[in-house]
Amino acid sequence: MKSWKKVVGAVCMTTLVAASFTGCGKSGSKSGGGNTIKVGALFELTGNVANYGTSTLNGFKMAIDEVNAKGGVNGKKIELVQADNKSEPSESGNAATKLVTQDKVVAVVGPATSGSVAAAEPILTANKKPLIAPCATAPAITLNKDGKVKPYVFRACFIDPYQGKIMAEFASKDLKLKKVAILNDSSSDYSKGLAEVFEKTFKENGGEIVAKEAFLSKDVDFKAALTKLKAANPDALYIPGYYEEVSKIIKQAREVGLNVPLLGSDGWDSPKLVEIAGKENTNKCYFTSAYTAQDKDAGVQKFIKSYKDKYSKDPDVFALQGYNAGLVLFHAMEEAKSTDGTKVAEALAKTKDLQVANGKFSYDEKHNPITTALILELKDGVQTLVKKING
Amino acid sequence: MDSGFMHQLLQQLINGLSLGSIYALIALGYTMIYGILKLINFAHGDIYMVGAYIGYVCTTIFHLPFLPSLLIAMAGSAVVGMIIERIAYRPMRNAPRIAILITAIGVSFFLENGMILLASPQPRTFSSEFSASVYHMGGLVINSQQIIILISTVVLMLALTYIVNRTKMGKAMRAVSFDADAARLMGINIDRVIGMTFALGSALAAAGGVLVGVYYNSIDPLMGMAPGIKAFVAAVLGGIGIIPGAMVGGIILGIVEALVSGFISSTFRDAAAFAILILILLYKPQGLFGKNVREKV
Repeated sequence: MKSWKKVVGAVCMTTLVAASFTGCGKSGSKSGGGNTIKVGALFELTGNVANYGTSTLNGFKMAIDEVNAKGGVNGKKIELVQADNKSEPSESGNAATKLVTQDKVVAVVGPATSGSVAAAEPILTANKKPLIAPCATAPAITLNKDGKVKPYVFRACFIDPYQGKIMAEFASKDLKLKKVAILNDSSSDYSKGLAEVFEKTFKENGGEIVAKEAFLSKDVDFKAALTKLKAANPDALYIPGYYEEVSKIIKQAREVGLNVPLLGSDGWDSPKLVEIAGKENTNKCYFTSAYTAQDKDAGVQKFIKSYKDKYSKDPDVFALQGYNAGLVLFHAMEEAKSTDGTKVAEALAKTKDLQVANGKFSYDEKHNPITTALILELKDGVQTLVKKING
Repeated sequence: MDSGFMHQLLQQLINGLSLGSIYALIALGYTMIYGILKLINFAHGDIYMVGAYIGYVCTTIFHLPFLPSLLIAMAGSAVVGMIIERIAYRPMRNAPRIAILITAIGVSFFLENGMILLASPQPRTFSSEFSASVYHMGGLVINSQQIIILISTVVLMLALTYIVNRTKMGKAMRAVSFDADAARLMGINIDRVIGMTFALGSALAAAGGVLVGVYYNSIDPLMGMAPGIKAFVAAVLGGIGIIPGAMVGGIILGIVEALVSGFISSTFRDAAAFAILILILLYKPQGLFGKNVREKV
């Protein structure tokens, strides 16, 4: 009995102390009423995917600096409140709670990965504050289990299946291919999802899938599967996956004499791909992506230049998406003429043809952006832009 | 159609033979160490990884040709294998077998994470001067690296067979494997023999690592995990503790994987490999080459 009372006492004390601390924090500036608008940035700043989180946050910060330099949103400056989820979904929930209840932010941008977004999102929804996930690609994060859209959750990147669709369109309409074989990673949802959508779209366009084989991540030998695929005489091979396996597949495909075009997804985007596969083997390789530094578009070049000036390094696709998320959020606040969560979320959902760094940006009814996608070709190992698809 | 089938079959046999040779090289080390210590050395796949990294340093940083790099990697890994035996396994020699097994898993984690710390988890590539030339023979495609792998494996296996059957050290190894206590009573320095076994086994694994690194043009700190398990299956298939068994087991496994991928479906490839393990354990637990020896009680 006694120890039980002690515990209660201890809890009360801690709460009191905590309350006094939060009091201190709040006295500085009050959101809404003061001269600034507090916006939360919840990212993977430490832990195993810290490089995604840091990049995305850098892009988002750049958007804030730019909007503040223009006088802010609705006459008020944006104030950034950062939180780190240590690359763990459980920490994401805690950090989101802190941002919403203690820091009183009006909206949150982040986290980078889908798992962490799924953990943070219920807290934002319960408090009626919008969340924009800049680069979480899993289709489920903006949808409830019954398939209805979550009113406060948005993203700033295209979802996985979209890439499969545009590659299938490109294969049948631009490359004019009739027979394609698929080789996908059966241990990855990303790869399976892309393969499924590719197959569906390609067949709808009158094409034929002549063979399908699968591999597991971490596999190193693909010659048996490639020999079998070669016997089906495909016009091209679709290989959605990550560069670690794909690079070896490209090398071995050329070695078994499979010299047809190879098609892939944004998981290919790494200098290691060319290094492992060998420059000469990567000719006739096409993949989908959201961004390339080779894009001569004025908006993209301006973004790259400002990013380099600010951080002295090249931006990646995550930085671009963090930046775009900021632009989309501030535009919605201006449209809503308010920082009320519900009004901002409603304005977000209505985003249409907004000019972002790499083109136009609109939301569909599932809060997924309709935005620019690119088809890149490798020519002697160098990425070249072959086609730009505007949403 | 018929010639198409034959062509496919031959091509898949070539694919399977080169894959199987690598399994065989790793399986040999497993089997030798098991034969002498009755220890399944789970760190063996990671020695293979260490060998690949030593080969990488030799070829890419010091620009040595292939053969010296291979020999240095083998020698370096032999030393690593002996050190591991001396530090991790020798103090445990009289401990229960499960304790040594757990130590082996610990060593495996140590090597994997140590290499991540040392060399970063990023995959690395060998320099391009080792790129393969491809030969076409009547429609069949053979890669010069596949030939190098096969030749190296055969040469190393012959060398090992010679050492085990014709030299004094080999004789001592066989004696220790047969009955360690009796061997000690006959004046054989058991510690030296065990150390030598680790050195030989590790050198073979390292050769496998370098060959794989050049063949697939990519090495990473976790590259030993999957081949380590496959080689273990190969060793059990041939009869664990029996040297010719490991060679045959490795090659059978490689060919089965290639044929299953080629004629059934690549999704069944690993299932087939492990189904073989289960069938062997059920119907011939001593392995293809094993003799049914009654356990001494």
